[in-house]
Amino acid sequence: MSIVAPVFENAEKGSSLWHDAWLRLRKNKLALFGGSVMLFMVSVALLTPWLAPYSYEAQNLDLGASPPSAAHWLGTDIFGRDVLTQIMYGGRISLAVGFIATAVALLIGVTWGAVAGYVGGRVDAIMMRLVDILYALPFMIFIVLLMVVFGRNILLLFLAIGAVEWLTMARIMRSQVQSLRQQEFVEAAVSVGLSPTAIIRKHVVPNALGPIIVYTTLTIPSVMLLEAFLSFLGLGIQPPATSWGLLISYGAETMEEYPWLLIFPGCALTLTLFSLNFLGDGLRDALDVRGSKD
Amino acid sequence: MLRFILIRILQALPVIFVVITATFFLVRSAPGGPFDQEKVVIPEVKKALEAQYRLDLPLHEQYIAYLGDLAHGDLGPSFKYPGRSVNEILFAGLPVTAELGLYALIIALCIGVTAGVFASLRPNTAQDYVPMSLAMIGICMPSFLLGPLLVLVFGIWLDWLPITGWGDIPGDKILPAVTLGSAYAAYIARLSRAGMLEILSQDYIRTARAKGLPEWRVVIQHALRGGLTPVIAFLGPAFAGLLAGSFVVETIFQIPGLGRFYVQAAFNRDYTMILGTTVFLSSLIVFFNLVSDIIAAWLNPRLRHQFQGGRS
Repeated sequence: MSIVAPVFENAEKGSSLWHDAWLRLRKNKLALFGGSVMLFMVSVALLTPWLAPYSYEAQNLDLGASPPSAAHWLGTDIFGRDVLTQIMYGGRISLAVGFIATAVALLIGVTWGAVAGYVGGRVDAIMMRLVDILYALPFMIFIVLLMVVFGRNILLLFLAIGAVEWLTMARIMRSQVQSLRQQEFVEAAVSVGLSPTAIIRKHVVPNALGPIIVYTTLTIPSVMLLEAFLSFLGLGIQPPATSWGLLISYGAETMEEYPWLLIFPGCALTLTLFSLNFLGDGLRDALDVRGSKD
Repeated sequence: MLRFILIRILQALPVIFVVITATFFLVRSAPGGPFDQEKVVIPEVKKALEAQYRLDLPLHEQYIAYLGDLAHGDLGPSFKYPGRSVNEILFAGLPVTAELGLYALIIALCIGVTAGVFASLRPNTAQDYVPMSLAMIGICMPSFLLGPLLVLVFGIWLDWLPITGWGDIPGDKILPAVTLGSAYAAYIARLSRAGMLEILSQDYIRTARAKGLPEWRVVIQHALRGGLTPVIAFLGPAFAGLLAGSFVVETIFQIPGLGRFYVQAAFNRDYTMILGTTVFLSSLIVFFNLVSDIIAAWLNPRLRHQFQGGRS
């Protein structure tokens, strides 16, 4: 045992993939900026009930729409509601849709891809053929259809968007599992008698994790964009709840007189999408993932 | 090549069939009949209406009858606009949307390819960073934000361009086409940059340079064909995105095209219209994916061969 131990320690030290990735990521200023903005956005969203300067329902009809001022940093809308408060509450929903729908996609996609890749053969062929067929469906239209048929339900919105976005995840996971199974270090692990569960847990999952993290980071902005798109058309989030897409849609109606109602929610959405994309690109470079974005 | 085209067509057919079936049953399972919300209708009238729209038949017979109509290219009557068929409404909107999409695509290709190739010639310099940062903004700026912003700046503050309509006042097509095209310009710029960078590092490019060809001939005659393959492959999916984008752009600029009809049908719960439009738009998208795959395979023979060994 005393002879084996130092070798083992060396092996542990050499496999510091995450440490290397962190060092590379730290050099990428844009990705760090994106990460910090996201950290800020998520913290604000979580603490909104305590941080918001006004209550969500508070109206001031006498004030009406007013430009940014000391009392209302980002101005007020036509009902005299504080725009900053609206954006903070809207951001909670926009971010929640982004994270939850992505989690749904992640769960379905990773499971589907891992099973297809690990079992292989006929099962794999059938499962991936199904993914191919679904891939060719025009999903944007289908989501609009779903929202029309089943009413404009937030929960359905999560599921519908998640159900669209899992396909690429499944493809990535499958190709990862497939190529990992043939790698020499997995064969080596088999030859020293590691159990399949241990192999999957210790070798397959950590190595497949990079592409999945990267793709997840890039899925969140596309999901948020989809939600905002639907809300803008009036088919997504419904009042009294609000989201950035809905705020932009209201802002666009009155932008001639009150441009701040369009510009500030627009900035919030664009800045978030920007940050997530930079973070995703940075992670892809840091983790050296190829072909995860198609 | 012929074999590739045949296989791709055979793969596309089940997709269209799945779309028709899923849409049909989704729409039919929607709560509430089309004549429920309106003022109370005399039972006889309601019955006659339902017979006219075949709602009195059992569901599977409705489905088979609908498939029969589709085979004749008939998408059925509109619930909301009695006396007008879905076909009429669609064909009134199609030329408008096609024109808008075409302009948007031309703008996207001209700007995107130029910017991407330009950036790829001097990677990691200002010539690369400036267009690519602009492309990132283009990708992150959704059309429903860009459209109103362009209207605000160029239509209202500067008062240079008309802000609504389509073909009524000269210049009113510019803002919608730019709004729709800019996101694609950004994607195409990124794709063509990546494609060109890969090709420009290949041996045959070095050979071409070694022969003493001027740089512009190396780029245009040798590198572009390979470097732009990703862009061609992107055009099929881009078409689907353009259609979805036209929902927003046509709503913002009040353009009487397919996208606006679709959104209106969704609001009005005009079920036959939704059904017909979905089937029509989906078939168009599947068709354009097919065409772009075939063009990509024609340009890049390696893609063709993946079908010849019989995929597992």
